[in-house]
Amino acid sequence: MKNLPLISFLTFLPLVGAALVFGVDRERRQLARGITLAVNILALGVVALMWCTVNPSSGMLQFVERHAWIPTLGVEYHVGLDGLGLVMLMLAALVIPMAVLASEKVEENVPLYCGLFLFLQAGLFGAFTALNFFHWFLFWELSLIPAFFLIKLWGGPQRSGAALQFFVYTMVGSIALLLAFVGLFLATGTFDFTKLAELARTKALGPLVQAKFAWLGWGAGTAYTVLFIGALLGFAVKVPLWPFHTWLPLTYSEAPSPVSMALTGVMSKLGVYGFVRLLLPIFPEPMQALLTPLLWLAVATIVFSTFAALAQRDLKRILAYSSINHLGYCLLGVFAAVSATGTALDRTAALNGVVLQMFNHGITASLLFCFVAFLEDRSNGARGLDDFGGLRKVAPVFCGLMGLALFSSLGLPGLNGFIGEFLIFKGVFPLVPWAAVLALPGLLVTAIFILTVIQKVWCGPLNEKWARFADLTYNEGAVVFPATLLMFVLGVWPQFVIAVINPTVAHWVRQLPI
Amino acid sequence: MNAPDYFQLLSALAPEVIVVSTALLVLAVDLLGLQNRPRSFRMSIVAGLTALGCATAIGWMLLKSTVGAWPGGMFVIDPLNQTVKAVILLLTLFTALLSTEAKFTRHVGEYFALILLATVGMMFLASTENLLMVFASLELVSLALYVLVAFNKQSRASAEGAMKYFLFGGMSAAFLLYGFSLLYGLTGTTHVPQMAQKLLALGADPLGTVALVMVVIGFGFKLAAVPFHLWAPDAYEGAPLPSAALIASGSKVASVFVFAKVMLLGFNQPGQGSNAVAAGGWTLLLSIIAASSMVLGNLAAIRQSSVRRLIAYSAIAHAGYLLIGFLAQGGEAFTSLLFYVTTYALTTIGAFGVLGVVEAQIGGDQLKDFAGFSRRAPLLAGCLMVFLLSLAGIPPLAGFFGKFYLFAAALNNEPRSLPFLWLVVLGIAMSCVSLYYYLQVLKQAFVVEADANARPLTVPFLSHVVVVLLAAAVILLGCMPGWLLDTLHQAVDKLGW
Amino acid sequence: MLAWTIYLSFFGALACLLTPRANPRATRAVALGTALAGLFCGLKGALEFNPTNGLEVVAFAHWIPVLGIDYSLAADGISVTLVLLTGLAAVVGVLFSWNVEHRANEFFALFFALIGGVYGVFLSLDLFLLFVFYEIAIVPKYFLIAIWGSTRRDYAAMKLALYSFIGSGMVLIGMLAAYAVSGLSSFDLQALAQYSFTVDFQRWAFPLVFVGFAILAGMWPFHTWAPTGHSAAPTAASMLLAGVVMKLGAYGCLRVAMTLFPEGLKLWQHELAALAVTGIVYGALVALVQKDFKFVIGYSSVSHMGFVLLGLVTLNEIGWSGAVLQMFSHGIIAGLLFGVVGRMVYDRAHTRELDKLEGMGLVRALPFAAVTFVIAGFASMGMPGFSGFVAELQVLIGAWQAFPKLAILAGVGIVIGVVYTLKTTAKVFFPDKEAAESHDYHAHELEPISIPERVGAALLILSTVLIGLHPRLLLDLIVPSFKSPLFEGLRKVAGL
Repeated sequence: MKNLPLISFLTFLPLVGAALVFGVDRERRQLARGITLAVNILALGVVALMWCTVNPSSGMLQFVERHAWIPTLGVEYHVGLDGLGLVMLMLAALVIPMAVLASEKVEENVPLYCGLFLFLQAGLFGAFTALNFFHWFLFWELSLIPAFFLIKLWGGPQRSGAALQFFVYTMVGSIALLLAFVGLFLATGTFDFTKLAELARTKALGPLVQAKFAWLGWGAGTAYTVLFIGALLGFAVKVPLWPFHTWLPLTYSEAPSPVSMALTGVMSKLGVYGFVRLLLPIFPEPMQALLTPLLWLAVATIVFSTFAALAQRDLKRILAYSSINHLGYCLLGVFAAVSATGTALDRTAALNGVVLQMFNHGITASLLFCFVAFLEDRSNGARGLDDFGGLRKVAPVFCGLMGLALFSSLGLPGLNGFIGEFLIFKGVFPLVPWAAVLALPGLLVTAIFILTVIQKVWCGPLNEKWARFADLTYNEGAVVFPATLLMFVLGVWPQFVIAVINPTVAHWVRQLPI
Repeated sequence: MNAPDYFQLLSALAPEVIVVSTALLVLAVDLLGLQNRPRSFRMSIVAGLTALGCATAIGWMLLKSTVGAWPGGMFVIDPLNQTVKAVILLLTLFTALLSTEAKFTRHVGEYFALILLATVGMMFLASTENLLMVFASLELVSLALYVLVAFNKQSRASAEGAMKYFLFGGMSAAFLLYGFSLLYGLTGTTHVPQMAQKLLALGADPLGTVALVMVVIGFGFKLAAVPFHLWAPDAYEGAPLPSAALIASGSKVASVFVFAKVMLLGFNQPGQGSNAVAAGGWTLLLSIIAASSMVLGNLAAIRQSSVRRLIAYSAIAHAGYLLIGFLAQGGEAFTSLLFYVTTYALTTIGAFGVLGVVEAQIGGDQLKDFAGFSRRAPLLAGCLMVFLLSLAGIPPLAGFFGKFYLFAAALNNEPRSLPFLWLVVLGIAMSCVSLYYYLQVLKQAFVVEADANARPLTVPFLSHVVVVLLAAAVILLGCMPGWLLDTLHQAVDKLGW
Repeated sequence: MLAWTIYLSFFGALACLLTPRANPRATRAVALGTALAGLFCGLKGALEFNPTNGLEVVAFAHWIPVLGIDYSLAADGISVTLVLLTGLAAVVGVLFSWNVEHRANEFFALFFALIGGVYGVFLSLDLFLLFVFYEIAIVPKYFLIAIWGSTRRDYAAMKLALYSFIGSGMVLIGMLAAYAVSGLSSFDLQALAQYSFTVDFQRWAFPLVFVGFAILAGMWPFHTWAPTGHSAAPTAASMLLAGVVMKLGAYGCLRVAMTLFPEGLKLWQHELAALAVTGIVYGALVALVQKDFKFVIGYSSVSHMGFVLLGLVTLNEIGWSGAVLQMFSHGIIAGLLFGVVGRMVYDRAHTRELDKLEGMGLVRALPFAAVTFVIAGFASMGMPGFSGFVAELQVLIGAWQAFPKLAILAGVGIVIGVVYTLKTTAKVFFPDKEAAESHDYHAHELEPISIPERVGAALLILSTVLIGLHPRLLLDLIVPSFKSPLFEGLRKVAGL
């Protein structure tokens, strides 16, 4: 089982599916959706298989495949899986079908739509398992293309501007990332993540970079830091980190809601994944050197986004800012993990929290956007806070389930949103107490705006417009119910995921040269 | 030296004698036998005889290769001279063949006789190394050509062109004679190689410089180099087609050859000895003339709407390129010059051939008369493209290789310091300019659509044959110049230059 | 085998010329046959080529011994790559010109004369021969644009011809000077490369020859012939011009200027790199504001060729191989772009103005064109998965090593490239309904994309994806070429 090229199979499966779906006639919507879902289920099955057969106690890479590709450039086809990758694959395998199922109301050119989702899934699978910069970057960029088209062709009134802004912003970050890794290649002769991490662990990477760029006349360690900043830019745009977040609200609100599900559920996690897989192992020293400014940025992300969410009147924008906020916690955890003071246990806690939060937030946020999609379907596109009121009376099930998701987002214990944040704070407090303290208001304000949403949309007097508001249908329930169940399960028994993550995280912490 | 053996002289002069006889024969046949026939018939017969005469002369030279020199260098036969004379005869032959459709005169016999007499003059020019003989032959050629230019009595342009040619020509002949007299005075001899030694011994002498300048003026006129070029556009435009063709081809070949002999053998190369002003100064003089010719010729050609004037100005420009060849070393100079001028002459005759058809059938030589030419006479249009692109210097045609060899030879003169690089740069730059106006003609021929009621042209078979032959020659000489190059090289080597 | 590419092209040109004017089908058949034969010879030659042997002699004959000129053809990995590109461009060019009716025989005759000249340049080892083939390519270009072109074709054709001729004039001067100074009495590139010219000589000779060739490669600021020329030319000519002929210039820079005068390159490295990067950024910026579809692509060509030139002057092997790969890649991509813009869209819509095209609902009327253009656009942007990414990556790596600040600027150029490509794609094929309806929107009935166009587009897309995913196919040919003795002087100067 370990020797089968499961990862490559998994990555190319959606591509094949996309090719099949693209060929389906425009009118045969159900067929297109059917093929897509079949492929998604197959992918989910493969991921589940991997989950079961992976050796949880080892933090090392498994299902590794390695082939020579472009030797002159130090490029190999190198893929592998560890706890983090597995969890991310599971997330991608879950969120995409959710998004597809939530797209019932899409009418135009459904085969293209579904094909693009499959293409996106392939890009995500590839990016989460790649271990050589060349094809990691390939998948990273490739995932942008379907996202661009999904926003451009099926989005809201300002979709052209939103799609263009999204693409260009991300590209700028990507170029910075590319240049940084080119610099690393020049210094070390390799694009391989594991090799680069090894060099960083033995503190050999810094001197190599320094030697390569010594002729520039910069001080010791500066070249290393410059490369770090370049790479940071690429991911900072994706997550996003304040102040590189300005593209997000427009994009999330203009994208069709199922696409927003994918964007917030998985694509933003690509950014955090980048921090954890690339930046942390390869640039630990610069990250430590710049720790204070980075922490400030993370705190700013957390706090400013919540206040911004508070001021919004559009549900999607509220959720968009809330997304930024939750991922801010992830970044806080990542940065804190390189702090000079602190025990390994704290770092492990923080990083565990980060990965867990990635997974949980992915599920929860997608679910929330799903609900917003259902709201929009019923209200003909209206999604302002003030458009609704007292819907609890006419759609109790809807209210209940959405409420659960909202509470999870808030961080209510018992639901999945709590554990991740808890672990992050548990780790961050001992490592960098001041940052933790400053981030606390974020939690508070989050509670405020989420409760506001519940109050404005569901509670209060019934808005007469919506007397005929339909409750959740069975189809919609089929999407929502399993996810909600998952939220509960993860909230009560997080060990299920932590068992997979923890060994990997502990391994990283041991590798940190601090 | 023994008493001159006149019989030997006559046999040495056989080619010239053949040509003169042909001239007389042509005159006789026309005046006596053909007066009442239609003009085209007369033209054909007479042209045919002319061609035959030239061919016979060439054949004689090929079969009977004699080598010798008359005392005083009056008349010299060596392989190089023979080659040049063969080329001149060939050019006259082609000119004759192309003139069979000409309609400008009733005096057919006289016309061709004059052509042949001019040819004889050119042949003498090619085979002499004595200043007196040079002058005499030059006068023979010039006088014949003046009349040939004026031959079209119905055209005012013809008379005007001839007048200008005559006045300029007379003046420059005077200069030439003054120069030669000074040289004789300075050196006591009219034999060119002996003159060289005496001049070198003399060192820097103001009279020598004056003589040099006068000689250059005299020859510069013949070549149509700036500033002695003012006759060329009008003469080319006004003259009847065959005359213009002859001036552009044969006369050029002969003048270049004799000019080269006088300069390179008489005034000797720089880099030898103390570089007396008389000896070394002429490189500067020629460079300036070359540069001005290239620049003026090309720039003026841009504005022309008459293709004949365009070719005239381009001839001025080509004179400039030719003068660069003088700056090369020894034997290389002769080889490169002769290669270039031969291919140039062949190309020009071809161009005039096409021009003749256009003038005869379409009625003018303006650019717009060429509109849609490729539709109306595809084969001729293709040949025209070959000729004009060769003149512009596009490989793999002869004109390109000629220029290339010329420039390479000039630069090879002083490889370490490349003193003439600026001239070569100028030459190449001006070639780029020339592409522009040649493309204008080709644009009319190939790109512009013909008038709706334009019919295909009826081209005489002979014109087709000659033009295609010339085009093929241009292409072959461009792709495989070895044949001509080797011939010239061997000839030059035998002379030990 | 490779030499037959040249001969077959010229024979094909003659054969096309002789087919009767009234029978374009015969002409097309002959043309397609010739192009396929050329591609076949190129492929066979490529497969038989052994990269470890360095330079392989293909044909040799003494030509003009007096000047030391030989008819000498040789191939190394770089030549083979570019011969393959030419073969592909020829075939696709013929396919995209399937609809030429007016004077078809002359069109294809000129087309193949041009192709023959291009093959010749890529295979010549004798400098004189290289120059001859280089110049042979000039005249067909003029007539192709002047007779079958569109907007301002007279002006564009003359500008192109004169710029090319001036560029080659500059090269001629350098060539003659090198011949005279070296005293070798030979034009063999290997012999001249091994001769060490003085640094003072190289100081002026190198920029002269390099810029002379670079004019044809569209180096800023001598690039102005390119946008006008490409827009005015008929589709096949644009494809050839942007796809292959501009590469002639870059190839000349590499094969002649850099091998003969390596010290000169070292002296002028930074200035030339600055010019290259200016071209990248300037081309991209100007493409951003164009209102004519073809001009966008024309300026994008200038921008992409900037990458080639940047790669050449980096003085390291990665940059050089990136430059050669970019030559191949951009050739394919430019072919695709011009194929869509010229053949698929312009020939049917009869307009190239972006505003007018916006209102034509092209994505409905010509879905194949839309898909092809999207793919071509992403390839042009340098998206991974297409050949452009690998090439630009290598150039960036090389540039990073040599001039980091300029490398960052080049990165900026890539971003601008993304913007204008997306903007144009969006405007023409995916306009907002509101924007589209504000113009005269009529769902045009346009004739569907024909089979030859589809085949041509498919060939090109396949090539770029194949090389994008498996660049070793070409890199294995290109990289060993730089180890041959021809590049020894260059390697010494680069410190390799």
